[in-house]
Amino acid sequence: MTHQEPPPLLDVRNLEKVYHLNDGLLQRVMREPPRVLRAVDYVSFSVQPGETLGLIGESGCGKSTLARTVLRLHEPTSGSIVFDGKDITRIPLAEMTALRRRMQIIFQDPYASLNPRKSVEQIVGLPLALHGVAKRGELRDRVVAMLENVGLKSGHLGRYPHQFSGGQRQRIGIARALILNPSFVVCDEPVSALDVSVQAQIIALLGTLKRELGLTYLFISHDIGVIGHVSDRVAVMYLGDIVEIGPTRALLNAPSHPYTKALLSAVPQIDAGSRRERVKLTGDLPSPLAPPSGCKFHTRCPFAMDVCRREAPVLRKNGRDALAACHLLEIEHAA
Amino acid sequence: MLLTRSSATDRPAPLLSIRGLKTCFPTRAGLVTAVDGVDLDVQPGECLGIVGESGSGKSVTFASVIGLIRPPGRIAEGSIHFDGADLRTLDPGGWRRLRGRDIAMTMQDALTALNPALTVAEQICEVLVAHAQDLPRRNRWRAARARAIEMLRLVGIPAAESRMDDYPHQFSGGMRQRIMIAIALACRPKLLIADEPTTALDVTIQAQVLDLISDLRREFGMSVVLITHDLGVVAEHTDRVAVMYAGQIVETGPTRDLIAHPRHPYTRGLIGLIPRLSDLDAPIKPIEGQVPDLIGLGGTCRFADRCELRLPECRQDIPMRPVGAAHEARCIRAGEDLP
Repeated sequence: MTHQEPPPLLDVRNLEKVYHLNDGLLQRVMREPPRVLRAVDYVSFSVQPGETLGLIGESGCGKSTLARTVLRLHEPTSGSIVFDGKDITRIPLAEMTALRRRMQIIFQDPYASLNPRKSVEQIVGLPLALHGVAKRGELRDRVVAMLENVGLKSGHLGRYPHQFSGGQRQRIGIARALILNPSFVVCDEPVSALDVSVQAQIIALLGTLKRELGLTYLFISHDIGVIGHVSDRVAVMYLGDIVEIGPTRALLNAPSHPYTKALLSAVPQIDAGSRRERVKLTGDLPSPLAPPSGCKFHTRCPFAMDVCRREAPVLRKNGRDALAACHLLEIEHAA
Repeated sequence: MLLTRSSATDRPAPLLSIRGLKTCFPTRAGLVTAVDGVDLDVQPGECLGIVGESGSGKSVTFASVIGLIRPPGRIAEGSIHFDGADLRTLDPGGWRRLRGRDIAMTMQDALTALNPALTVAEQICEVLVAHAQDLPRRNRWRAARARAIEMLRLVGIPAAESRMDDYPHQFSGGMRQRIMIAIALACRPKLLIADEPTTALDVTIQAQVLDLISDLRREFGMSVVLITHDLGVVAEHTDRVAVMYAGQIVETGPTRDLIAHPRHPYTRGLIGLIPRLSDLDAPIKPIEGQVPDLIGLGGTCRFADRCELRLPECRQDIPMRPVGAAHEARCIRAGEDLP
């Protein structure tokens, strides 16, 4: 990061989120050892105003937990979250609730994330009512304006979620997230549940809204093609760690970390010319309850060395504005 | 062997031949024709890709092939021939002899497709005991177990011998999909129907599973039908492809040719909306509009409402027409040179 840049909208330092399993009463009585799941393992990153940071990784790598901890939908275990210059890591819930006007989330599943008993007007208008920002008469106008922004009509106001297709439901979810004029929006796999043609419509909509409303996105997806098209920068997660982060183009065209390489080479490509040599991974994602020693990726890495089994690599500068955590790169830099 | 088509051409008789298939489901809103006039051939040893969005009829087509359409749904018209036999006249005993032995299918969601109350070993051995003719009559289960271990190793389950007595929920998503493939391939079927085998999986595991299917296809010389919504998967793994839209095949041809020179506007649309890693600046062009309701269709091109190229003449039933070598499209403008 260069010093001319404005201060980040979101700055996350050494964020940790630990879940304690087996600590129910029965387990305590039976003296079972508690099991610790470190879903987010001392992660640091920042997001500039107006930027889209893409977050990729396999299921279970902690990307959703990270995003939700940033919004304090989950309480962080340690570390700090600074939003627009204000440390929000430990602020009281009432204060956090007020701040949520500026931090919103779009969920993955447009079926499960809308209350089936509420009409579109109630769903989209609820944030306005909760935060007391719109008066009774004004509320409907603002909901209508928002619906039109996301490509729905005022005639949809009285309808219920089951009367809409998956793509339309996702538009309702987007309207609900944006009606308070937030500056920061977490998009948690917003298109994964949709058919490809609908997916493209929603991606286009999110892009338009971002430009028109000056939004900043933290965009989570396991679809690397989607991330490549929406993000300015990309962070790659593996078992709770960010293993590589950098500008989209550089990272996707010339990945440095072996995991990023493997992930990219596994994406099926439609044109034969652009297929990459497959970096084959063996085995499955290890259990996050018992992450491997040293570098967590060493059990699947085709280039694992002795040092990888002993020591965890740290994120280091790797080219312009990019960071990667890999012993192999450190050796290359030293040479 | 019954030849379903004249052998005037040099092509061998297809392993599976579907003609004019029409599968309907009565609903409260009316009769839904989920598959409407599908013609398809699968040649021995080939991998055919079936692409389409939800509701395009791709899964229902192959559920019809292996007799999994539940009443009140029914096959209304058409013929299905497999390896010389007419599948529409098969009795329950005939189905039992065919399914699992000659045709096998893997389902999209391995967790719901596998029986949660049986161990993996029991589920594989069940198929082998029922179908494998070369197993000895005595100690049949023990022999089946030995072969099950072999199959699990083949699909890459680590420590197969000790893990096969575990239940499906004890395996990860990728491993469950492999187990289902092991069950499907246990009796070396002539045809494997893989319905979205990797949709629920992460890309690195997806690549492992698809490579495995391709390797086993070459090894056993079987035919594979790969049902997917992902054109990238089709491009990398299939020989031929059929694109389905609203219950019909709208374009079919050799994979490479079809992807390089798509002739139907829907196929072009599908290709245009794939985010490409190779060209991050290429915009993703959405296809505007929605898939039509499958009730009471007919008398028009089904894609017409979303098509930028539509003409008044599109308001009629459009037949498939040849547009290249073994390449056909259901569009009156398929032959034109369009940008």
